[in-house]
Amino acid sequence: MRMMTFAKRCAKEILRDPLNLFFGLGFPLVLLLLLSAIQANIPVELFEISSLAPGIAVFGLSFMTLFSATLVAKDRESALSQRLYTTPLRSSDFILGYMLPLIPIALGQTVICYAAALFLGLDFSVNILWAIVGIIPIAIFNISLGLLCGSLLCVKQVGGICGALLTNISAWLSGIWFDLSLVGGTFKKVAYALPFVHAVELERNMVSGDLIGATEHALPVLIYAFAANVLAVACFLRQMKKQ
Amino acid sequence: MQAIKTQGLTKQYGNITAVDGLDLEIKSGELFSLLGVNGAGKTTTIKMLTCLAHPTDGDAFVGGFSIKSESEGVKGLIGVSPQETAIAPTLTVKENLELMCGIYGFDHYKTASRISALSKQFDLDGVLKRRAGRLSGGWQRRLSIAMALIGEPRILFLDEPTLGLDVLARRELWDVIRSLKGKITIVLTTHYMEEAQALSDRVGIMKDGKLLAVGTAEELMNLSGENDFEAAFISIVRGTKI
Repeated sequence: MRMMTFAKRCAKEILRDPLNLFFGLGFPLVLLLLLSAIQANIPVELFEISSLAPGIAVFGLSFMTLFSATLVAKDRESALSQRLYTTPLRSSDFILGYMLPLIPIALGQTVICYAAALFLGLDFSVNILWAIVGIIPIAIFNISLGLLCGSLLCVKQVGGICGALLTNISAWLSGIWFDLSLVGGTFKKVAYALPFVHAVELERNMVSGDLIGATEHALPVLIYAFAANVLAVACFLRQMKKQ
Repeated sequence: MQAIKTQGLTKQYGNITAVDGLDLEIKSGELFSLLGVNGAGKTTTIKMLTCLAHPTDGDAFVGGFSIKSESEGVKGLIGVSPQETAIAPTLTVKENLELMCGIYGFDHYKTASRISALSKQFDLDGVLKRRAGRLSGGWQRRLSIAMALIGEPRILFLDEPTLGLDVLARRELWDVIRSLKGKITIVLTTHYMEEAQALSDRVGIMKDGKLLAVGTAEELMNLSGENDFEAAFISIVRGTKI
């Protein structure tokens, strides 16, 4: 009950910010439309809708990191968190309250992305539903990363690190915009050591119905999601005690 | 009956002693002010009493619960209005109050009844649907205190409640605080002499983390031999009369 009340408040804070709505929903849709238009004129295999839509769905989730980090950092800097720390809310209520509302938001964003892709020519199949569910681990990774950054950084730093650096890292190292084999070498190795490209491949395999291929990429994403979550909770509890 | 009792309460941040062996008793239903210049240790004292900061040494009992070992018990009976206005700016006034009701586990009926009572008490009816962040400083501070009272606390902590407010807003807030007097125990920090004198049953004067003197405004003036409260405060803080 207490946790749900706090979670509801967090959801309202996120959804009432027009910038969040633009970057969370509008920007991925703009990218999808723009790249589909380019694809219509200059066909590239990577930008075929069955390949592009899963990539955009994963890329769009990098904004979840920005949302959760900004909310946590803002709260830390305001007196509201001090007030809430003196109430019967427990640390678990805070952590779940910050994280849980972002999961339906992430799922909503993914549904909108795939719905737009259907209009742009993606064939409808039950695989899309699996792909929507398959987004959850990378969504948890991104949300946890946000909790972690929000616990360590101030609002200004969050804007720079989560808004610019992380979205760029997740874009460059995900294989959405170019084939990583074209660069190869260390760049490719680094990309495959991180979860972004695995999340994109997981989604692409889900959409195409290749469950075995999807399983291969699910493991690194799950490991990263778990590790980020544990680290985020530890850092949040540390800052809570410190405050 | 005592609402708060501190025993050698001490807080150190590295080499700096923010609160130094504070021994204090506050009676139930009393409005007690901690008065001091900036850096006197008032806010740190409040932070320890509200379980926001852990004491380095000593202990305090709030409503009989130890702040060191029974923080859950303490949190169940206090309300806090921090120094900066502690509201959720993108939520409406009503949503802010509902948030606090939910956090205290109130059901639908109790939530409606508490919001109705506090809206009336704090004259918030006209602004219930407005975003809290768009209210003036005085109204935000009213809301902040109303939020602190949602859980029907036995002890209310007001940390510099009128800081940064204009004269009219300050006077209006004084009326609100006066209306609470006697119903619950209130611990207020301030560095405004006239505020401490006008509102308090007793005043504790702090300097450099130490409690220099405690008493009614009149007692403190007698103690210092001064005729007005400000002169008494200066005299006590400079250590010329005690």
